[in-house]
Formats: sequence, C-alpha cells, structure tokens
Amino acid sequence: MAYVTVTGGQTAIQEAEKYVKYMRIGQAETILDLNAVQGQLRLLIDKVMSEGGLYAPDEAALALKQSEGDVMEAAFLLRAYRSTLPRTHVTSTIEPDDMRVIRRISSSFRELPGGQMLGPTVDYTHRLLRFSLRKESTSDVQEFLEQYLPNIAPAHTVTSMPKVVELLREQGMMEAKLADVDEEPFDITRERISYPAPRSARMQMLARGETGAMCALAYSSMRGYGIVHPTIGELRVGYVSMYVPHPFAPEDPDRALYIGEMLVTEVESINNFKQSNEGKPVMVLGYGLTIGQNELKAISMAILERSLDTVGTSPAQDEEFVLTHIDCVESSGFVSHLKMPHYVTFQSEIDRISQSQAHYDSKDKTSSIAKDAVTEGAMEHV
Amino acid sequence: MFEQNYNFAFLDEASKREIRRATLKAIAIPGYQVPFASRELPIGRGWGTGGLQLTLSLVGKEDVLKVIDQGSDDSVNAVSIRRLVEDTTGIRTTESTEEASIIQTRHRTPDHPLRNDQIMVYQVPKPEPLRDVEPSETATARMHGEMDYSPMWLALYENIVKYGNMARGADYPVMINKRYLMAPSPIPRWDNPKFHYAGFLSLFGAGREKKIYAIPPFTHVESLHFDDYPFEIENFDGASCIDCGSANGFLQVIPAKGGTWIHRCSDTAFCLARRNASLKNAEVQA
Repeated sequence: MAYVTVTGGQTAIQEAEKYVKYMRIGQAETILDLNAVQGQLRLLIDKVMSEGGLYAPDEAALALKQSEGDVMEAAFLLRAYRSTLPRTHVTSTIEPDDMRVIRRISSSFRELPGGQMLGPTVDYTHRLLRFSLRKESTSDVQEFLEQYLPNIAPAHTVTSMPKVVELLREQGMMEAKLADVDEEPFDITRERISYPAPRSARMQMLARGETGAMCALAYSSMRGYGIVHPTIGELRVGYVSMYVPHPFAPEDPDRALYIGEMLVTEVESINNFKQSNEGKPVMVLGYGLTIGQNELKAISMAILERSLDTVGTSPAQDEEFVLTHIDCVESSGFVSHLKMPHYVTFQSEIDRISQSQAHYDSKDKTSSIAKDAVTEGAMEHV
Repeated sequence: MFEQNYNFAFLDEASKREIRRATLKAIAIPGYQVPFASRELPIGRGWGTGGLQLTLSLVGKEDVLKVIDQGSDDSVNAVSIRRLVEDTTGIRTTESTEEASIIQTRHRTPDHPLRNDQIMVYQVPKPEPLRDVEPSETATARMHGEMDYSPMWLALYENIVKYGNMARGADYPVMINKRYLMAPSPIPRWDNPKFHYAGFLSLFGAGREKKIYAIPPFTHVESLHFDDYPFEIENFDGASCIDCGSANGFLQVIPAKGGTWIHRCSDTAFCLARRNASLKNAEVQA
C-alpha cells in the first residue's frame, strides 16, 4: 500500500471548464451565430483583430463567442493562434494614399480637395437608446436595404484622394516627408524590442496596442502631462489593397500578386511648430494606422507617436514606459497572474515580517541601530 | 484535447530553434539576460509562458517532464501546463522528481537532490533583479554592463537600518559567477543555496519580459549579503511537516485556530516519497 497524490487539480479544471460552458450557453434561447457576431459587432471584431495583431474576421468572431465577449481574452486567443501559423509571405508596402475611402474628415480645413466625407460614424448621432432595435427583424432590414441601396451613388467610395498634409507641404508649412527607408523593418514578433526602439518597432507596438490604454495615455498628454494636442489633418477609413511580391519576380511591383483588401483607419495629425526640433519652424506630423475602423485608437496612436519624439518628463513622453505597458496580452496576463497561488512567496514574506516585527519591538525609540549599521555595515563585494 | 494538429510541442521548428539559440547564449554567459522574441502561448502571458517556451523548445520524444507550481504537481497551473505539453507532444510526464529529465517549476527547487543530467526550467515573472531600484530597462542594461550594483546594495542596507534585516522575502538576488546580478525567480531564500556549484543546469524563462538566462552546472552562485549581516534562509523554528515529519524541506504554514500554525511540506513529491518510504519500512518490520 502506498499513499497516492491527490489529483484534485485536474478535476477542478475540468469542472471549471464545464461551468464556463454552462454560463456561456446553458441559458441561451438561441445560439449565437458567428455570422451575426461578425456582421453586427463589426467594431468589436476590428478591435480584437487590431489588438490581436491578426487580420482574421472569422477567427475574431469565434474568439469573441468563445470568450463570452471579453475583448482582451478574445485578442489573446487570436494572438496565441497566431503563434502557430507559419509565415509564408510578406506583403508589399501598402499605400494608404490609394485607399478606397469610405470615410474621410479633416478638422484643419473646412474645404479641401476631394471634400469631407462623413461615412459610417455615430459622431453626430444623439446617443439615445433606440428601444425599437429590440424588435428589429429581418424584414426591417430588407425594407431598409431596398430603400437605401438604390439611392447611394456607385462611387460612395472614392480612391486616391490627395493627402491634406501634402497641401501644407506645398505651402512649406509642414515638415518634409521622411525619406523612404529602404531597410528591412524591425519585427516585434521575431525580436525583442530594446530602447531606444527603431521607428518601425515603435509603430508596430502602437499599432498592436490596447485601445483603452493608448487612449488614457494620449488623453494624459492632451490634458497637461505632455505637450501633444494636435489638430487632425486627416482621418480616413477605407480599404487598402494587399499584394505579395511575385515569387519569380520579387523586384517587379507590376507583377505583384493581389491577395485582397483590408479595412484600416489612418490618422495624420498636425502638431504645433514649436515641436519642430531645429531649423525653420514647421508643423510636425503625427501618424496613426490601425486594422479595421478604430478611430479612437488611430488618433491615440498619432498622439503617442508624436509625443514619444518630444522631450520631457511626462509618462506619454517616455518611450519605454508607453511601449511596454500598452500591450493587452502582456498587461492583462501579468495583472491576472495574481490569481495564481503565491504560497511560497507569501510564506517567505511571513518569515521576514516576523523578524522585522521582532526588531521593531526590541528597538528602543532612541535606538542606535541605525548608527551601528553605518559604522559596522562593511560591504562585502561578492 | 486539441481539435487540430499542431506541430510537435506547439511551436513551429524555426521558433523552437530560435529559443534554443538564445538558451545556448544564456548558458555561455552565466546570469546574463538574453533577449528573445517570446511567442504568445495558449496560457496566460505572465502565467509561465517563458518557462513553457524553454520546455517546448527542449523536449524530445524521450524526455520525461515534471511540472510543479509552488512545490506541488497538482496545483491547477502545474496541471494546466503539464496538460498542454502532453497534448502537443504526447511525451511522458511524471510527478516523481527522480524520474524527470526536465522539471519546469514555478518558484521552487525540489527538496530531493537533483542529478547532473536533469534540467531545471524556472518560470520568471520579473527577470530584472534591479527593477525594484531602477524602473527603466535602458538604465538597468547599462548598470549590468558596468557591473554597477550599488543601488541594490544601498536598498539592502536601508532595509537593515529600517527593519534590522535585509527584508527581502522570495526572489532574493544572487551574484552569478561573480559577474552578473541575477533574479533567481521568486523561489524562497531556502532554495538559493542549492544553486551554488550545483551539478544540474538551471534555465530561466520570462515570456512577457522576453528574456532567457541560465546558471550552467558548477557555477559560483552567492546570495547578496554583508559581512555583519549574513544571508539567511527562512526559519521554521524547528517545526516539521505534519504529514511526513520532515524538517529538512521547505515548509508551508497553514494558519490554525488559536493563532497557531500547522506546517506541511511545500514539495509534495518529496513529502509523498518520504511517506511511502516509511510505510514500506513499517511493512518490512511487520
């Protein structure tokens, strides 16, 4: 006869998984359809793909269903799935100038070439709960589509609009475009970032960052902990075409293979000329680009990207501080790890507090311990 | 079980090789934190993904894996990690310290002595021993380069002045090969001396912080101390395990009614082996 170990852990995990399943579907009258998630929780899908760093609407919908709508958990599921995918191709550089635009606004100029295009936004819709949506039916949708679709112009999307900041450049008021850098970008998924980070690494970290965390930091900069408070030169939402170089003619852009398009949000912000570093004062660009329609994140990115190039002591100006704390998989992982047992570390802490309390109790209020420590505390170099 | 066929040990071969290369570098420079491109894994980031990436990159079909969390094989997180490796590799796992070729651990070194052919894989939440005294990674990298550890010495000294002892619980800093200050991960101080000229290889993986470091076999490892304030391991005032009677292993305390404590071995495999041995003895005598 021998003792056997208790194997409660395994059973407990299995029971927890069952309980979660029950909470997820046990009382559901209709099972959540992935088409419905993908089609009707569009902005949530976009957020999950952007923070998960993977453009995969089907998998994002699945992740959201599986995680009962927990955005960070869904982004995490995508990120873990991403680790298993071999990288077979790298796309050519995308050209947001040639975006098939569905929305484009500028806060800098009332009138501009190409015009403003409100597109899909609730910015000017009153935020009233619309109780009629409770009873929305497929026949309502049908009726809406019959009225809506014939009346929209075939060109309700526009390609190739000139960039607002280019107009300013022509006037000599905007800093010159960064020279094209013909070097392999840093890859944050293949190398550990170190500081100061190359610009490509910084932009990747921001593009994958968590919307809420980035918004809070951008807000802090605007409110006073920092100096960046831009004007939006241009915010565009639209589809960019994706190409991979032809395997037999990788240098020939005309033979690149079209693989599809991706919805992105791009923000170009215009910043105060006092932020220009040297030479003739010019306005300075801030840049944000994110997967899907996520305007808050794209604006926050444009603010932080600019802020990280300014000098000061505010959190939003500290590259290491910003970039190491905006990743949702890392921040949520570490904060939630506190739920794991810490018996050993806690035990070690108990041992120390006992000794420190004994020290406190024994110490005469005018104790000479501090003095003793100074005179006797010879340091040993190991 | 996995619904799809993933690669052996989850990660693709190129990723595993990259991790092994970082590991080799870590072994070559004892105590130095080697950066690596940590992959996201299907367990929480901060829940052992660094150790797990080391394990996944190292295991072959012949390996036998043991996973412990806070000394216990049956802790839910240990079970979860073990199950992931089982599901993606099909290799044999064990709860016996002696049987294992690789032992992944969260915050304990087994109390049973280890052999030279065994590899310890430690999960590390905060790989930077200087982080408490210097928040910036850029600054701590420079401090390691210049071997400038004075802020750490000062912090220990200040604790002595204030509390009469070094006032550091687990994750007590060690100097490796008389060169690099290293965080041994939040193991109790009890386990620190086990590293000194140990015959086994110790690997440390921090997934979220993307660092790998190592203590190669037979390396000089010293816990920080002053001449007049020696390094101290946890003191149990002569208590012993309520189950196996051991006073030779790290004990965990359980608060009991009336302000007293019950003690029990933290290393469950160690405790079980002792109990089985005494049962066997009793049978032989009977």
